[in-house]
Amino acid sequence: MKYLGLIWSALYRKPLRSFLTLASIFVAFLLFGLLQSVSVAFSEGVDFSGVDRLIIAPKYSIIDPLPENHAVAINAITGVELVSHRSWFGGVYQDTSQFFPRWPVPPESFLAMYPEYLLTDAEKAAFVQTRTGAIIGRPLAETYNLKLGDKIPLIGDIWPNKDNTVWEFDLVGIYDVANESVETDQMFINFEFFDEYRQWSQGTVGNIVAKINNPDDSAAIAAEIDRLFANSSDETKTTTEKAYNQMFAKQVGDIGLIMTGILSAVFFTILLLTGNTMAQAIRERIPELAILKTIGFSNVSVLMIVLCEALLIVLVGSLPGLMLAAGLLTKFSQSVSVFNGVELSGFIVAQGVGLAFLMALIVGLPPALRAMRLNIVDALGDHQ
Amino acid sequence: MAETLIEIADIAKDYHRGKVAIPVLSEISLQIEKGDFLALMGPSGSGKTTLLNLIGGLDTPTSGSISIDGERIDKLTQGKLAAWRSRHVGFVFQFYNLLPVLTAEKNVELPLLLTNLNRKERKKRALAALAVVGLQDRASHRPTELSGGQEQRVAIARAIVSDPGLLVCDEPTGDLDRATADEILELLQLLNREYGKTIVMVTHDPKAADHANHCLYLDKGSLSGSQTA
Repeated sequence: MKYLGLIWSALYRKPLRSFLTLASIFVAFLLFGLLQSVSVAFSEGVDFSGVDRLIIAPKYSIIDPLPENHAVAINAITGVELVSHRSWFGGVYQDTSQFFPRWPVPPESFLAMYPEYLLTDAEKAAFVQTRTGAIIGRPLAETYNLKLGDKIPLIGDIWPNKDNTVWEFDLVGIYDVANESVETDQMFINFEFFDEYRQWSQGTVGNIVAKINNPDDSAAIAAEIDRLFANSSDETKTTTEKAYNQMFAKQVGDIGLIMTGILSAVFFTILLLTGNTMAQAIRERIPELAILKTIGFSNVSVLMIVLCEALLIVLVGSLPGLMLAAGLLTKFSQSVSVFNGVELSGFIVAQGVGLAFLMALIVGLPPALRAMRLNIVDALGDHQ
Repeated sequence: MAETLIEIADIAKDYHRGKVAIPVLSEISLQIEKGDFLALMGPSGSGKTTLLNLIGGLDTPTSGSISIDGERIDKLTQGKLAAWRSRHVGFVFQFYNLLPVLTAEKNVELPLLLTNLNRKERKKRALAALAVVGLQDRASHRPTELSGGQEQRVAIARAIVSDPGLLVCDEPTGDLDRATADEILELLQLLNREYGKTIVMVTHDPKAADHANHCLYLDKGSLSGSQTA
């Protein structure tokens, strides 16, 4: 502890170099906190606790369709309060760069299922009653300068219509959302019109949503639903919305592997950078270290001082990085659905701190050993 | 009769360049009394600094023995030698060798970090040492904010802060102008006379050597003469 001032002073020796090193470590651990949390969230099992909405998806691939009448069978299960469904429309609005999710849904059950989409009664009624009706989030309407009554033309790239023409939907509602975690950049289309007018796959849906009476029964009902269709040609995989969103994101690739790859590259670079900086810093201080040994600091003391300097630099950079990651994840989990429930757990913080110690050891040990083995006479002789 | 502090008996020191041994000192025997102020002079490469390093416990002889205050330092392990230096020797170098990121007070305090003194006591002693060298008002200054003479005074304060009996000084005025050099030498004389420090000083400068009580001359690794003030 009495060496703390001596160790701390190393940070002030070259302020710009220290700042850049700390900044790079800060960014590395910020990325670690974010990516590792996402990776863990994506690899952990489905947690049904407290969940009152279940997503019933095709068992083998989310691009497989499910029969719409599965919804009827699910609705008959005891404990299921309400059933709705949604399908992926895809499509092109104006050009391929103008992307936002578009979902054909049955308006009545959808609005009952998702009260977090806020519409006026008139807009709700219009959505239910208008076969070509569509609703969009307010930010989306503002982005494209759309207002009620406008036509929204969409090219059906996945689902061409029977006339092979552009789909046209009437904007009948512009929704707000009840909380930040609900996405506002989506468009919902009347399923009935979509289903009748598409060229094929009538009577099928993308996935089914079931609202259950008692969240405590969610795991059991999920199992029952999957059991119900276990021997059918359209088996299901019932999961939570959070797990489904993550499953959706996983279509991009193996999220865990991607995160690990990115983190490995980041840490390898930081190790080289910090290691080089530490080695250079110690090289420049050979005479000072020789003086410490001259006045009686033992080899072990000098070794520990250099190692502690490395640890100090890594901790001063990494801990704020982890703290910011925790803050950002809290923010993201409230505002981005795919991050819903993703958090910087105590385990990941412990992993981060462990990684910081390991990093300090790797970058600090070679210069520390050099400092320990320093021959006073040679070091002072070179300097004198 | 004065008590002997340093007793050097027939020491030799070789350095090795590859497999070739290069003798630097040979057959050196001498005694230095407690409270003496000795100057070591000689041409470059004569072995002055090597002998000083052996006396200060920074290096060990190839053969022969060195006893300081009755302790055979040539027999000590590296760890024990480091601990011995911290208790018994203060070092002053030509280029001061202060840590640039530390204030004068913190530089002086460095040797006290190796003691069991608490923070308050360390500070008190560091300030007292700075007062001895006349720099109590520069305690919070960093080396870059001090003149060369002031830096050397801080280095001397660091050398005496743990109250060692022996000061070894390697060209302590080599980087200073004449007037400042004289001030430093007078300070060393003060430490010798008033505080009883035994001082061994390497110098090229005959005027610096004039401040010492004795002067020993080395040439080609051997003692070649002596002079008493």
